Amino acid sequence: MAGSRMKLELCRVAQGRSRLGVLTGLGRTSQQSLDVPGCLLYTHFGTVPHLTQDTLHTVSNLPAVTQVTLSHIAEHQEVLEEFKDGFRKFAGLHDTVLYCSLHDPAVLCPTGYTTNKTVSVWGSGGRMELTVAKFMALQKTVQPDWYQSMADGETWQSNTSRKRVRKSVDRTLTHLDECLLVHQNSQELEGVEVFGVVEGGDILEERVRSARETAKRPVAGFCLDGFQSGSMDQALKTQLISAVIKELPEDKPRLLQGVGRPDEVLACVEAGVDLFEGFFPFQVTERGCALCFDFDVSLDPERAGRAPHAVLKLNDDQKDTVGETQQNGDPCLDQTQMTSFEINLNDKRYHDDFRPLVEGCGCYCCKNHQRAYLHHLLVTNELLAGVLLMIHNTAHYHGFFGALREALASEKLDVLKRQEAGESASLSP
Amino acid sequence: MVKWLNVDWPTRLSTAAASRYAQNNMAAVVERGTVANNTQVDQMSLKKAVSAASPLTLRIVAECSVTKARACDLILPHSAVSTPVFMPVGTQGTLKGITVDQLEGLGCQICLGNTYHLGMRPGPELITKANGLHGFMNWKNNLLTDSGGFQMVSLVELSEVTEEGVKFKSPYDGKEIHLSPEKSISIQNSLGSDIMMQLDDVVSSTVTGPRVEEAMHRSIRWLDRCIAANGNPDKQNLFAIIQGGLNAELRKACLDEMTKRDVPGFAIGGLSGGEEKDDFWRMVTLSTDHLPREKPRYLMGVGYAVDLVVCVALGCDMFDCVFPTRTARFGSALVPWGSLQVKHKQYAKDFRPIDPDCQCPTCKRHSRAYLHALFKTDTAAMHHITIHNVAYQLTLMRSVRQSIIEGRFPEFIRTFMKRMFESPDQYPRWAVDALASVHVTLE
Ligand SMILES: [Zn+2]
Ligand SMILES: [Zn+2]
Repeated sequence: MAGSRMKLELCRVAQGRSRLGVLTGLGRTSQQSLDVPGCLLYTHFGTVPHLTQDTLHTVSNLPAVTQVTLSHIAEHQEVLEEFKDGFRKFAGLHDTVLYCSLHDPAVLCPTGYTTNKTVSVWGSGGRMELTVAKFMALQKTVQPDWYQSMADGETWQSNTSRKRVRKSVDRTLTHLDECLLVHQNSQELEGVEVFGVVEGGDILEERVRSARETAKRPVAGFCLDGFQSGSMDQALKTQLISAVIKELPEDKPRLLQGVGRPDEVLACVEAGVDLFEGFFPFQVTERGCALCFDFDVSLDPERAGRAPHAVLKLNDDQKDTVGETQQNGDPCLDQTQMTSFEINLNDKRYHDDFRPLVEGCGCYCCKNHQRAYLHHLLVTNELLAGVLLMIHNTAHYHGFFGALREALASEKLDVLKRQEAGESASLSP
Repeated sequence: MVKWLNVDWPTRLSTAAASRYAQNNMAAVVERGTVANNTQVDQMSLKKAVSAASPLTLRIVAECSVTKARACDLILPHSAVSTPVFMPVGTQGTLKGITVDQLEGLGCQICLGNTYHLGMRPGPELITKANGLHGFMNWKNNLLTDSGGFQMVSLVELSEVTEEGVKFKSPYDGKEIHLSPEKSISIQNSLGSDIMMQLDDVVSSTVTGPRVEEAMHRSIRWLDRCIAANGNPDKQNLFAIIQGGLNAELRKACLDEMTKRDVPGFAIGGLSGGEEKDDFWRMVTLSTDHLPREKPRYLMGVGYAVDLVVCVALGCDMFDCVFPTRTARFGSALVPWGSLQVKHKQYAKDFRPIDPDCQCPTCKRHSRAYLHALFKTDTAAMHHITIHNVAYQLTLMRSVRQSIIEGRFPEFIRTFMKRMFESPDQYPRWAVDALASVHVTLE
């Protein structure tokens, strides 16, 4: 098995922290790369929700890295063992880099099931307990290009005790050491990279300790766990992430788990995060919504001298809906709740709206269908609603990451962030 | 209870229609063409402009020298359709999770929309604003819409049929709704389908007695009302539906009367509703015996592979059925040897494609085992099977057509049956009899 050597090449570090670069040396041939700040392709068992390869590939500029999770895979271990050739081939994914994480970021895991020796994942058949041995056996059958080390991530709730947080940091470090030991003795995992997991809940000293200790291990990068949207307010989140990142080496990527809202993504990129999980468009799709925020960062001469251009600008249409949705910045554990970055196609107002979801969007859905049709598909409970919304939301979200990198490249992010804060009050925490 | 007026509908319409029909027949051009090289019997290629007024042309490309099968090019307003054709059903203006591009990619030239569902939601006004159903769903090929009557009888318990039309309570808001032939055509005109179906008086095929005769006569009267109501005769084809239950005399009477009308095509209705297969095929073959050769014949609600092959042999050109797409959502994949239940445990470790010979996007990429596992995780699993099943139906009909053109349809049938059943003693009796009636004997 050819070894891959992941390497982070930074071309710009803006405002001291935001990093622009390329993660290279990915995949079996080490030929693939991922731009950072970047986003992984979110899947259910290797399939982008609702989509087949044909519908998925109507979306251009998809990331080279596909994320799969043990919560979907664990129950099929026996099948994969018999198959022998790894998950990528099993799922019919030929040319993607495979990243295997523990949990499905779109689902909050129940707490209270972790022990000193085990963590639990939830699949279609219910809870499955994983020991390090079982966890590593799974990695050997999945054969990803890189994976998240086993971790006790039960401390995302804000009321978690200091003692419990300390225990989770200790356990996670122990799991990492055990995983690395097995990893180094497994020929099947040669060339596969491990990401260490930084825990520590909302306690600064524990976060710092977790980061510092994890950084001492031979890992290729870091997963920052326990920052799920809504688990804490953005100011605290930014403070903790900044503190963690200070402890991490510059030359290794930092993947933030469970954060997907565009405003939170921006804040966390500013704090020095490189990678995100792409589950947000899926959540938006599931509630019958379409992403519609404006991320066009090109300086439009037409607008020069008039309203400043914002990275995250609500379009007119959606401004009326903001009042009905949650206020931005409020910690909200319910990830199913609509955000101010989307329009709800279930709404009767779209019944006779013959515009595309987003004017000017080049996705298959927007080029071929109108809001009225999407509304009809949702009202009649038709499966195509999920397909078309997922195409648009995926295209829109990954387009946002592209724009974000462009903004960093031209050092516009800071300016634009400030404009955004001054301009749309509803968007600033 | 509302009393419906019994309106005496003007008979002059049917007279006018009959005279137009005669004209068209005279205008018909029969051409001899080149046909398959390896057939000894005289095969004729009939090229015919059915009617200057109707937006439909049927070119008979080849006729089987043994059976009643034929391969035609059916030219409709949006594109040409190669028959025999299976038409997938997109009830609510969408085909079960498949995009219009995927459907077109599978080679689908015509699909169905349901007038009853679309008339309810989003409603004809909105669809008119969206430039018809084509515009609303962005489908570039042809559409066929039903009359809406069948759904009312089958889906809505509280329905009542009178001379005026069908009356029922809306399942959405409980409001009393009335569907007359005029109303059905008006909705279908809004939908803008390439082929519209007349409203017929549907009686379950298992009902016998005077109700069947009444329904047959009423369907003829309703046909005339539908013809008169068509506001788009130059863009939308109206098909008549042959009724008469399982009674040969009634069917013959219906055929005699309806074929006098100038309609661009005929459907064989009132079958495929739980009747004995023995009665079914006899009614089909009786109908095709008396339908004009130069017009398309559409057998409604038929879509099982064996039924398709047999009914092509009996002379039918067009078919539709929700079965292939409905069964896909339960994990049932159609294969040349029957079906394969992807969700069954036996496929958990089966790393072969659904059908190794199938060229569909699903079979080219995914194994039974992956699809089996995906069914537990994501709805995309259903889409994969739906794509495969639509591909199976369309491929089957293309193979049928090719064999007719190449003059080897009887041989095709024998091979098809051999593959479908483990041994000849499992061949369904009715299929053996039906095929024997068109001179195909199975060993
Ligand atoms: Zn779009
Ligand atoms: Zn297939």
